[in-house]
Amino acid sequence: MALVEIRDVHKTFGKVEVLKGVSLDVEEGEIVTIIGRSGSGKSTLLRCINALESVDSGEIRVEGQKVHAKMPDLKKFRQRVGIVFQAFNLFPHLKVERNITLAPLLTGRIEKAKARALAEDVLTRVGLADKIDAWPEQLSGGQQQRVAIARCLAMAPHLMLFDEVTSALDPELVGEVLKVMEAMAKQGMTMILVTHEMGFARNVANRIVFMHQGRVWEQGPPAKLFANPETPELASFIASAK
Amino acid sequence: MRSFSLIDFVSLFTALRWTVALVVLALLFGAPLALGLAMGRISRFAGLRWTMAALIQVIQSVPLLGLLFFFYFGMPVFLGIQVPALLAVTVAYTLYTAAFLGEIWRGGLEAVKQAQWEAGACLGLSAWQQFRHIIAPQALRLSLPPTVGFLVQLIKGTSLASILGFVELARAGQVVSAATFQPLLPYALVAAIYFALCLPLTLWSRSLEARLDGSR
Repeated sequence: MALVEIRDVHKTFGKVEVLKGVSLDVEEGEIVTIIGRSGSGKSTLLRCINALESVDSGEIRVEGQKVHAKMPDLKKFRQRVGIVFQAFNLFPHLKVERNITLAPLLTGRIEKAKARALAEDVLTRVGLADKIDAWPEQLSGGQQQRVAIARCLAMAPHLMLFDEVTSALDPELVGEVLKVMEAMAKQGMTMILVTHEMGFARNVANRIVFMHQGRVWEQGPPAKLFANPETPELASFIASAK
Repeated sequence: MRSFSLIDFVSLFTALRWTVALVVLALLFGAPLALGLAMGRISRFAGLRWTMAALIQVIQSVPLLGLLFFFYFGMPVFLGIQVPALLAVTVAYTLYTAAFLGEIWRGGLEAVKQAQWEAGACLGLSAWQQFRHIIAPQALRLSLPPTVGFLVQLIKGTSLASILGFVELARAGQVVSAATFQPLLPYALVAAIYFALCLPLTLWSRSLEARLDGSR
């Protein structure tokens, strides 16, 4: 059984059908990168996996459990599936430590006495142990995004979703975030990413999924997909992304 | 006729207790109600949102004087019940406070980005936990200046209770001025006392703002 099973998912916003029958499996430990033009439905698909959007038809299962916005244990489910956003979304009124420990404490994952140690641990993993007492606004974009990743890691998720996490960053800050993600990939975290970073897609991902007009247009290992795209749409996308 | 004396001075300060009492009553009952109205206004249930908006609209559109008249003089006419003056002013000031603070706080809550709720939800927090730990603290900081602004309004607005017989600060000034035929002195004193009451609030708000600003 795959960790994530997506079967014939349709999703419409108003009159626009964003997902037109998407099916996709992601195995445990796999790094899957979703690429495609804006408006192709990549981010919507990602948000559906975390029940931030509900699907109109078809189904999504994570660890065998059917996902939808009204699932009875949505909160528990969300603790197992982390998501990192393009805009970081750190809590600006809380210091870095509290940003990280708020959810583990409130959901009863850890006790108060161990909270700081947890924050130190996950911050070390993203290379920001020295920023534990900083305010979010004192950090650069790249650092904020790494704190956002650390905040997710503190929940010990089984699956992590990344929604264009480097798109809002200055070019020189992209590398530090990608490095953290690469390290997580090496440690065996299952990851689904929507990204425009073709280098990362090529070098780190096990599989590339090319979405086009609300469908999975083409997918396969990065080497094969980038070298020999089967569809003209992917070929032109790769050419334009270079 | 007599001239302004220490007794008049004392009577002004004695009257101050009604001003303070009315403000405390208004906040005691009005603030929790305001929070309820603000939360109703941002609820995902359209019916609740609409009801709260209508309530606020009605109360905000009626002059405070009208509210006081309605609950004191109107109740016996419409419902046939005699309402004690204290109850009538408490209800009127409570509703007045709830409607205005409710709108101010709603604005603060809505000014916090939707993505902040989402970020909390994605970490497995309940809607209440998101509100309590993520949204409300940020909204509080944003709402602080207009909240204190309203408080100052409220303090001055208590002078209207004099029409129902409450000898609060403004009414006491009137009494003293009538007794002494020296309107300038008592009214200047009344103004100074209002000012002394409101100034610390404004200063406190400013220092609180600065303190919360550092933690954002």
